Order: sequence, then structure tokens, then C-alpha cells
Amino acid sequence: MLNVRNLSVDYGSTRVVDNLNLALGKDEVLMLVGPTGCGKTTILQALAGLIPVTEGEISLGNWCSTPKRQVPPEKRNVGMVFQDFALFPHLTVQENVCFRLKDTSLADHWLKLLGLEAFRQVKPASLSGGQKQRVALARTIAHQPAFILLDEPLSNLDAALKDSLRWEIREALKAAGIPAIWVTHDQEEALSIGDRVGILNGGQLEQLDSPEKCFAEPASRFVARFLGEASFLPGVLDGRQVTTDLGPAPGIPIDGASGAVDLLLRPDDLSLVPSEIGNGVVDWVRYEGCSRLYAVNVGDGVQLKVRTSHEVHAEPGARVQMGITTTHPLAAFPR
Amino acid sequence: MTRWPRSYPLAALIALLAILPIGVLFDLAASEAQFFDAHNLRVLTNTLLLMVFTVLGSVLIGVPLAFVTAYVQFPMRRLWLVILAAPLAIPSYIGAFTIYAAFGRGGEIHNLLGIPLPAMDGLLGASLVMILYSYPFVMLTTRASLLSLDASLVNAARTLGMSLGMSLLKVVLPRVATGIAAGGLLVALYTLSDFGTPAIMRLDTFTRVIFVEYNAFGLSQAAMLSLQLLAIVGLVLFLESRVRGSREKPGRHLTLWPNGWQRWVIGVAVSPVILLAVVLPLAIFAVWLAREGSAGFDLSYAWNSVHASFLAAVCAVVLAIPVAHAAIAGRAGRIMERVTYFGFGVPGIVMGTALVYVGLKLPFLYQTLGLLVLCYVLRFLPLAVSSVRSTAEGLDSSLVKAARVLGASPREAFQRVTLPLTLRGMIAGAALVFLEAMRELPATLMLGPTGFETLATYLWRVYEAGYFGRAAIPGLLLVLMSALGLALMLSGERRAELEVSGK
Repeated sequence: MLNVRNLSVDYGSTRVVDNLNLALGKDEVLMLVGPTGCGKTTILQALAGLIPVTEGEISLGNWCSTPKRQVPPEKRNVGMVFQDFALFPHLTVQENVCFRLKDTSLADHWLKLLGLEAFRQVKPASLSGGQKQRVALARTIAHQPAFILLDEPLSNLDAALKDSLRWEIREALKAAGIPAIWVTHDQEEALSIGDRVGILNGGQLEQLDSPEKCFAEPASRFVARFLGEASFLPGVLDGRQVTTDLGPAPGIPIDGASGAVDLLLRPDDLSLVPSEIGNGVVDWVRYEGCSRLYAVNVGDGVQLKVRTSHEVHAEPGARVQMGITTTHPLAAFPR
Repeated sequence: MTRWPRSYPLAALIALLAILPIGVLFDLAASEAQFFDAHNLRVLTNTLLLMVFTVLGSVLIGVPLAFVTAYVQFPMRRLWLVILAAPLAIPSYIGAFTIYAAFGRGGEIHNLLGIPLPAMDGLLGASLVMILYSYPFVMLTTRASLLSLDASLVNAARTLGMSLGMSLLKVVLPRVATGIAAGGLLVALYTLSDFGTPAIMRLDTFTRVIFVEYNAFGLSQAAMLSLQLLAIVGLVLFLESRVRGSREKPGRHLTLWPNGWQRWVIGVAVSPVILLAVVLPLAIFAVWLAREGSAGFDLSYAWNSVHASFLAAVCAVVLAIPVAHAAIAGRAGRIMERVTYFGFGVPGIVMGTALVYVGLKLPFLYQTLGLLVLCYVLRFLPLAVSSVRSTAEGLDSSLVKAARVLGASPREAFQRVTLPLTLRGMIAGAALVFLEAMRELPATLMLGPTGFETLATYLWRVYEAGYFGRAAIPGLLLVLMSALGLALMLSGERRAELEVSGK
């Protein structure tokens, strides 16, 4: 089991990764997500042994790497899938996948499973982006690593391809039973694919938990905003009940909040009905196809975002009645 | 993790070998040389004047041609580019030789067409020849910068109401200034180290005077002059190291479609350059070939050229690998690489002087082919190093990482990924060294074993003896060889273009 304790990485005098702790479960897919420059890729490179670490230790069963005794990448039994695929241009697909394999039966298995049979004798240059990434994945899995690192594997691909390929990759990882750390900047990808999600900010892990928990009970406002549209409504928390201008709602305190709180509202926690005597005014509206996203000013400079059916129609400036419809507890942050 | 890369000791050793000639020259000059006298001042003036004229002329011709070849669409543009770059492939001493023989009263043009033209020699003749054979440096560096620019800025300027000419002048030209400067400095270096042209045009520059001193057994004085020349070279190299422009994000480049008469104007403006630099030498050689046939020529000259150049090419690439590796590995390695670049700045005549002295001190090397090959290697090692290094750098770094995380040791990753992918660069580097060594004149004259005649030295003997007609075959062979080199270089450029457009 991969264990990371107090890992820090410096580039010169800048700390890029700060005191990272995590343990990777058996056949778990762990998503690391965060904005550009938060240290995601650096963490992967450190885990693979491609860059030196400043502090902490990384261990896996039979090896343990520390700043004093770095274990070279080829001794770590790690697999890595690169953003730019990193296929060897002078070798065919078959030769790429079998790079260091003596027994090629696993390579055959994965080439077949990922639909690459027809391309065995082809050089990478003539493959499409999605095919290249499948080859890279087959190569990594066929070498039977103890864990796999995926560095934004879908960022060089078309949006249409991303959706299907991310599931294909997850299925393949699960079928192979190899745990993986998958880095992405796409929160939707992180929430839908991960068994657990880690949110990074400025080199620090802000939260590491199940996707549902991270989304519904974010550890910080940063996490709340990063994982999706977030609005904050002032209210008063008493026990498990919050009283707000839009009525009462179930609440769950974050960071020991009580009394004056900001209640986290996602666009689907709210309802909107056009009404001459409503409690809010539409600031703007975005048509999204099967839904509409409204921003509504409910007074005191508080703007709430709400998603409605596309049938509900209100122009900017129109009055609307807002209400909290959710029945699950909402995260309440201290004011 | 602060272990030194394994290539460092070897690279350091090679770097040391590369600066050996300087130490030798100091030792030699210290004995009994005149530091500076009136004659010396004249030599310095001639050298600097020739350099300044050549650089100015090359910029005046090279920059407009760069614009034309980079942006203007006309039929067979690839062919025009090759023809315009062709002078680079012709050794300047061949140009000097033929222009010297063609012009003047009793020159070939007077003989054949009956038109008496003024003689071409001295500063005027040398400048003309040097400009004709070095403007492609400016053209190619400027063209490369032009092609790296995104056309949208020019398009923006034009949609904002600026004329095409003004936008080229105000928006494009400032951004390629570093390209022009880099080309100009290359021309300066090339002019400083050229021996054949001033020698044939009878202009007393450093290179010519050093050769005269060497022939008069004034080796110490030759060394002193060599050091003075090196000081100027060093200055130019220093300036060159300061010229490093900021790189722009490449984009789609500008294309201009001239109409009929504009094409004519361009054609007429370009023709004198091509006539003088390419057509004239070939025509003169053809005349001589028809008149004298292959009299006096022996195939062994060509064989000797090939033999020595091939050995130099192989040795240079073998030595280039550790240097290139060190240069990629770290800062200290980059310094070692810079040191080996030094040899390229050392004029052939200076390297020759130093190694003649080495031969005198180490009798087992004296008058051997080995010493000549060593000289070629020291001079042309940078060609091999840069060629190997640039392919190795162009190598996506994640490929080696991918090999490492798949379980390959650094050694295996090098053998199975880096080496096969850099082989092309090594072959290209070897070919460049081979062709440069074929053309090399002064050091070959000084270091070739007795009776070891190559194409270049034979051409020189013919000139000295006045049997001009016999220059045809060696001259044409040298031009042919150089043309192959040019084709190689341009195919490299084309590959680079393809890679950019492929993304």
C-alpha cells in the first residue's frame, strides 16, 4: 500500500508541495484536483521518483524513499500515464506496450481489451489522441505496476472523447485491480471518477474524502467554490437548524460553526418561481439547454445561483420567489 | 542526489583538449615575437575593414532576401531558397579564385566576351567575394526569425490602417533584430577566419600574414599574430553570446502574393547576386574544363580528402556524445560545451599554427594524418555537438521518464530510447563535419603530411603555380560535395518546419 508521510517539495526557495499525507487503498482510484499551479503534477513526479523531495517519506511495501535515500523510478514499481502520452515514436504500438515485458500475454490481453488489436504494427505518430492514450494506458497496466499515476491523461483530448475515455480508463484500472492516483483540473471528472477526491490549494491538501462528502460538506469555502457553483446565504445556526431569510433549513456546522453562519447553497438546493411579490430580483440568466441557471439578488448584496427547468422563464430584472427545497443538511460556515 | 553526471569527466577532458591550442600559442608567442608594429597596424585595419564591409553588405543583401524567401509566394519557392542559400555551400576561396580570374584586363571575361572589366582584388575584391558567400548566414537566421513570428500582428497592424511596407518595418523588423544581429556576427566570424579569399585577393589580413610568416619559418611571429586575431574573434563571440532574443510563440506566418510585375522586380533585383556567386564560378570552371580537361588531376586527391574527412567525422561524433550529454545534464556541463565551441571560432590558420607546433614538440605526431584529423575534430566538434544536442533536446523529456517508470535503468533508457532517437542527429552531425573538413584549406595546407594532396590543397597549388585551368575538376568536386551538405542542412530545416506545422 502506498504511504506518503509529511511530503514537501521545494523548487529553489519556493515550497510547491507542503506537508502532504495520504495512503492509497487497495484498487482505489484517488483523484487529486486543484487549480493550475497547485502542485498536482509535482506530487506525481515526486511519487514516481522523477524529482527529488525536500522532506517526508514515500513508502510502498518493500521500499521507502526519503530525501537522504531516494529510490530511483525504476525501483519503485510505479506506472505513469503522461499528459502528452510519451509514446516512443520509433517503436510500434506493440513494441511500446511490450517495452520491458518478457511475457507478452498481458500486453495482448490489454491491447485486445482496449480495442487496439488493429493498430499493433502502427507507429504512434499515425494514431489519434484517444488511441494514443489507450496505448499509453495499455503499456502502463501491462507492466503490472504496484500503483499507477495519471497526469491529466485527458487534457489533450477532445471534450466529446473525454467522457467516454475517462470511464474506460476507470474500468480498466478496476479490472486490473491496480490502485491509482489521477491528477486533473476538471472537478466534474474528479467527482465522477474518484473513489476519493483530494482538493489541493497552494501545495496543501485542503480535503481528502469521498466525492459526496467533499461536495456536500466541503472543509473550506475554497473547496466549496472549486467543486461547483456555490452561493452563500447568511443565517443563524441553532443545533442542526438554520434560520434564514428564505426560511428554515437543516444545517451541519463546518469548523465548529454556531450562531451567525453562511449557508452553502448549490444551484439545485433552491427553487425559483416567477412572482410579482417575490423576495428576489433576477440579475442574469444563462440558458443551458435542458436547464437555466439564474443569478438572483435576494437583498443585502447576497446573490444566489439557482438551476431550474428550461420551462421556467424570467427576464433579468423580474421579481421571483426563492425557496430552499433541499432536505439534506447544508454546510454552514462560520461567518 | 548531488551526484555528478557520468559524462562530466569525459566532457571536461574533451573541453580541456579544445582549449589546448591557446596554451600552445601563448607558449610559442612568448619566445621571441614582436608584439606590435606599423605593419601590424595595417593588417589590423585591413582585417577590421574587410569585416565591417562584409557584415554591412551581407545585411543589406541578406535581410531583403529573407523577407522575400520567408513571406512571398512565387512558383518553386523551395528551389529559389536553395539557389539563394547555395553560396553558403561554395567555399569562398573557390569564389575568390574564379572572380579573380574572371575580372580585369586579360581575365576570362575579357578573353571570352571582349569586355574589359576592372580588376577585382585588394579590399574591394575581398569584400565583394566575402559578401557574396556569407550573406546567406544573415538571410537564413533572419528568415528563421521571420518564420517564427505570428502573422496576426501584421494583420492587426494592417487592419488598423498601416500600409504593408510600414507594418513590415515597424512591426516585424524590430522583432527580428536579434536574428539579423546573430547572422551578422556569424558573418563577422566567418570573415575573420577566412584564409583563401584575402590570400587570393592579395589583401594583407591576419590570416594571410600568418600564413606568410609560417612559410618564412616565423612560427613565433605567426603565433603572436594568431593570438591577436583570436582576441578579435573572442570579442565577436562575446557579442554573439549576448544576442539572445526572446522567443515568441510560433503561429501561422505571413504570406504575400505578388502580382506579375512585382515578381519581375524581385527577379531582376536578385539576379546579380546569383549570377556572381553561383553562375560565374560554375561557368568559369566549365570553360576551364573544356579547355584543359583533367590534366594534372589524380583521383588520389579526392580519395585523400574523403579519407581524412571521414576519420574526422567519426571521431567528432564519438567525442560529441559525452559533451552533448553533459550539456543537457547540468550547468557545469553547459560550460564545458561552450568551451568546445571555442574551436569553431578559432580560424583554421590559427589552429594549424598551434598544431604545427604541437607536431614539432611531439615527434610521433609530426607530419601524420592523425594530427590533421585532430585539427579537423577540434575545429568542427561544435557542429557535431550541436547537432547531437539539439536532437537529444528535441526529445520529449517525458519519454525518458516513461522508460524509467516502466522499470528501465538510466542506462537502459539511454540505449533503448535516447540513442535510437538521436541517431539521426549523429549522422547529420557527422555529415556536416565531413563536408566542412573536405573544404578546409589553410590547416590542411599546414598539417597535411608531405605528398598528401587533397582537393582543397591541390586547388591552392594550382593557383600558386598559375595553372588556373587545372582548378576545374577539384573545384567542381568541392562544389558538388558542398551542395550535398547544403541539401542536408535544408532538409533539417524542412523537418523543423514540418514539426511546427504538425502541431
